[in-house]
Amino acid sequence: MEVELAVVVGALYAAGFYMMMRRNIVKLVLGLALLGHAANLLIFTMGRLVRGHPPVMHTGEIQLRGLFADPIPEALILTAIVIGFGIQAFAIVLVKRAHQTPWTDETRLE
Amino acid sequence: MNHFLVLPIVIPLSCAVISFFFWRRPALQKVVGVVGSSIWFAVTLLILHTVRREGIQVTQLGSWPAPFGITLVADTLSAVLVLLTGLIVLTTFIVSWSEIESQRVAFGYCPLLHILAMGICGAFLTGDLFNLYVWFEVMLIASFVLLGLGGKRPQLEATIKYVALNLIASALFLAGIGVLYGVVGTLNMADLAQQMRGPSPPNLAPTLATLLLIAFGIKAAMFPLFFWLPASYPAPPPPVSAVFAGLLTKVGVYSLLRSFTLIFPPGNHTSLQLITLLSALTMLVGILGAIPQKNLRRNFSFTLVSHIGYLLAGLGLFSPLAMAGSLFYLVHDIVAKTCLFLFSGIIERLTMHSDITKMGGIYRSHPLISGCFFLLALSVSGIPPLSGFWGKLLLVQAGLNGNAYNLVAVMLLTGLLTLYSMMKIWSEVFWKDSTRDALVASRSPERVVPLPMPLVIPVVCLVGISLLMGLFPSPVYELASEASRQMFDADAYIQAVMGGKR
Repeated sequence: MEVELAVVVGALYAAGFYMMMRRNIVKLVLGLALLGHAANLLIFTMGRLVRGHPPVMHTGEIQLRGLFADPIPEALILTAIVIGFGIQAFAIVLVKRAHQTPWTDETRLE
Repeated sequence: MNHFLVLPIVIPLSCAVISFFFWRRPALQKVVGVVGSSIWFAVTLLILHTVRREGIQVTQLGSWPAPFGITLVADTLSAVLVLLTGLIVLTTFIVSWSEIESQRVAFGYCPLLHILAMGICGAFLTGDLFNLYVWFEVMLIASFVLLGLGGKRPQLEATIKYVALNLIASALFLAGIGVLYGVVGTLNMADLAQQMRGPSPPNLAPTLATLLLIAFGIKAAMFPLFFWLPASYPAPPPPVSAVFAGLLTKVGVYSLLRSFTLIFPPGNHTSLQLITLLSALTMLVGILGAIPQKNLRRNFSFTLVSHIGYLLAGLGLFSPLAMAGSLFYLVHDIVAKTCLFLFSGIIERLTMHSDITKMGGIYRSHPLISGCFFLLALSVSGIPPLSGFWGKLLLVQAGLNGNAYNLVAVMLLTGLLTLYSMMKIWSEVFWKDSTRDALVASRSPERVVPLPMPLVIPVVCLVGISLLMGLFPSPVYELASEASRQMFDADAYIQAVMGGKR
């Protein structure tokens, strides 16, 4: 499963950077979103994939034993998703404003 | 347990909330800003005092023991930076009194500035890498809105560039954090440092170091990654670009200094050589970019980029003396660059231009202000009795000790070129006779209004601080060398955060 996810992460990064290098700012925002997803999936994959072993302690245990899914990467991803959502919302509004102001649909180099 | 370390974060947050209550009363928001940031400044002084007296201060939030919860740590470096943040934000609020029109305040300028301050302080104080990411985002979202507020075309364009580059940096930083957690299994900086120095250091350390170097390098405006800065900083009103210039890039520099002294153990010589090379290129390319600029604030932006190189040179040389030099320069740079951008506000107000070839004659009409600018320009270029000189002196000395003659040559050359660039501005803007445009502007009836005091007093005070730091360098030097000693003593940091001190 790790290999498939690694390929997906790589593809997302490639797509994200490709989109960011287009001259259109709508594609820039889409590229930013893809980069965010790639990073989140990378954290998820790096946190070891464990299936069917939730980090739950049974009565009487004081420590998790054996194989269990690490909840911390998921907590990190959750935080990153919320932050990413806010920032993408801002970016979209910014693009809309820029679009309404003439001549700024393309990111011009100075 | 010292809970007062949360105060520099809680005070701006409360001020922001209070400002929201006065949404329709811009004047009251400004009062809240000045009063709140004064209280805050006092608290940061108290923190520095405590850190000097009792050593590294640690707060475990929610009383979770170190590697599990979020830790706030204040060593001398963090305390000094928090103090400077307090000073700069207070200055900005005072300047905003006259320089920010009520329209901007009506769209939330004051609460945003508080939140920006909170983000910067959080980044300086946190002892957890993921928490650092969160503070970066707090700071960024506030700076995005501050940059775009006003919605004019150049501002929107600048904001798009700034947003794009900073979000790439954040995505790379986040990826770095993910891999680091996967490899090491912790994100607490002290714990990371312990694991990296342990008997079996984890793999991938050079990869991670490079990933973080790029991510923080974008934020710090390091050589190949600085192009967003001159494209975006000249757009917002002067107080905003002043607070950005003074503090935002310094957060990137701080993160680089912290992660490459604490998390990635020394002995990784390739990355140090890389940093040295990049710092030299940052200095040279930055100042060569500044010299041909005709736009005042673009010129200052390139100078700002160039001097980031001095801050990284100390990290590249990697000796306590060099680090002390960089930290001295950091203190000087925060004050001087903020002041430089505030001066751009004064100059643009007087000449109603942003093109230096169309300015002139300010020395004749405002000799006091011009004198202050002259002192500041010399200080930025590093002329002996002023504050920019001492940091450079220490860096040059450390470079000679470490046989890094090329770097020393670049540092001295950059100083010389900065002097040239600053004197060009001095002669164009202040010394030469007014051009016809400027004369017409100065004779028109609305131009005879004197400069507003809330703009002049902070600028003169900042120049005064810079002058005092230059004339009496020993207290600043002591602070810088103590901070540098602490940075090279990772065990003490780990002990303070992890070990059963409390």
